[in-house]
Amino acid sequence: MTLLTVKDLTKIFGGLIAVNDVSFDVAKDSVVGLIGPNGAGKTTVFNCITGNYRPEQGVIEFKGADITGMAPNRIVKMGVARTFQSIRLFPRMSALENVLAGRHCRLKSGFLACMLHTPAQRREEKAAIERCMDELEFVGLSHLYADMGGALAYGQQRLLEIARALASDPELLILDEPAGGMNDQETAGLVELISRIRERGVTILLIEHDMRLVMKVCQKLIALEHGALIAQGDAETVRNNPDVITAYLGVDDEKW
Amino acid sequence: MKRRVFSIVLAGVICVLPLFCNPYWTDVCVSVGLFALLSLSLNVMLGQAGIFNMGHAAFFAVGAYAAAILNTVCQWPIFLTMIPAGIAAGVFALAVARPIIHLRGDYLLVVTIGIVEIVRIALINDVFGLTGGANGIFNISRPSLFGVKIYKGWQFYYLVWGVTAVSMLLFYGLWRSRFGRALNCIKEDDIAAEGCGINVVGYKLAAFSLGAFWAGMAGAIYASKMVTIAPESFNFSESVLLFAAVILSGGSQLGVLCSVFLFFGLPEVLREFSDARMLIFGLAMMAMMIWRPQGLLPPLPRRYRVAAAAGDGKK
Repeated sequence: MTLLTVKDLTKIFGGLIAVNDVSFDVAKDSVVGLIGPNGAGKTTVFNCITGNYRPEQGVIEFKGADITGMAPNRIVKMGVARTFQSIRLFPRMSALENVLAGRHCRLKSGFLACMLHTPAQRREEKAAIERCMDELEFVGLSHLYADMGGALAYGQQRLLEIARALASDPELLILDEPAGGMNDQETAGLVELISRIRERGVTILLIEHDMRLVMKVCQKLIALEHGALIAQGDAETVRNNPDVITAYLGVDDEKW
Repeated sequence: MKRRVFSIVLAGVICVLPLFCNPYWTDVCVSVGLFALLSLSLNVMLGQAGIFNMGHAAFFAVGAYAAAILNTVCQWPIFLTMIPAGIAAGVFALAVARPIIHLRGDYLLVVTIGIVEIVRIALINDVFGLTGGANGIFNISRPSLFGVKIYKGWQFYYLVWGVTAVSMLLFYGLWRSRFGRALNCIKEDDIAAEGCGINVVGYKLAAFSLGAFWAGMAGAIYASKMVTIAPESFNFSESVLLFAAVILSGGSQLGVLCSVFLFFGLPEVLREFSDARMLIFGLAMMAMMIWRPQGLLPPLPRRYRVAAAAGDGKK
């Protein structure tokens, strides 16, 4: 079953065509990798899906509904959560509060209930805190719940962003270079974490440069170069595609 | 812990202050209370959500005039005008903020300066023939509570500080909830907040209107205390002082109270040295910027009751 469909997506910045007529599908319960050299337009595709950019052309459908150009917060509420390439935590809020921010869109207490702390609001708040502690536990940060987001180590900040995204009950999780800045040990932990997220029934779309990670976790790959789609299909096929090798992995002298 | 002791002492002092004050000082303390109420309402948008509003006096003015008009023209008692005055200010804020709320930091600040000037000039020009032009509105009646007419200094003192205390409790509740957290997220990083599913524009507008609503209620109390209101009471420099008080406070309500005493109480204390007054004030501001750039009392992190098992063990 298709969860996300991107059709003929084009995004132009001034004179630069950042994404040019890109189409792909993401099937439910799969892990899909978006690869390509720096500047290929990967993050731009992500930003179009999450509503941060409005594409010049093309349609993005999530669970059959058109989400093109919808406000980012509404897209999150529909079930698409993301992390950022350059970590964007709330540095002066605690780890738990960062995750609670992700839970925000699932909470219903209105403004008066918040002001007066009605019994319903208290119950909801208590459940939210428990749920968010579970998410911290899930990524292995529960012991740091009271630490400020900005005070965590780099790899931990990446994990905290994932916990924050998971707290919003996503069906599709979009990870923008989750292993960026991680050491080998942390990357290995991330591979294991991604498979655990998938077991929860969350579909994952990720950008990553670490090809070992990509090959370990992704069933399907989509390769971009200069904003255009050059290959897509199952991971092995795309990796061995000569265009992808030329564009992304570099020219192999012996073959040419 | 230290802060808790300090707040209890401060609350105690505020409770008994009128017993030791002559009418003049009681009156000063009433004004300080009104400014406290205004600064606390500005703190919701400026201190919590980082919305740079330097036109808070505009909403204060709308509330004061709404109350004055309802009282003098429609003969409503002042206490009944408080809520409509707040609503008038809140709706006015919503209407002017909707097109500009997406502006960032200093750009928004410049526009809000424009708003406070527009309101003042509109009041001078007697809009709708209701505001009495440059002379303002006279003969606003005193409030009465359970048949007791409030007109003495100490009565106003307890009225103003009572309203302030209730407001602080409500704002505290807001701060400790998803609403308060959402505002803090927006202040920290609005793109990340939007990416987490927080409706940034909605929350900014809510904070803006809420702050304006409270300023409008403060305006109603002010109108009944002064009996006469005129456009010149709601000028730009009031807005700047409120803005500076909130920035200086660091964002906690206790900090706001302290900085309000510094900004609006200290000048009265220093009146005897009137020549040197502004100089001392300026030096104090400079000292703050150098040694305490985070403000007097930044809010302490919120505490959460977390199941013990999760908290311990692993570390």
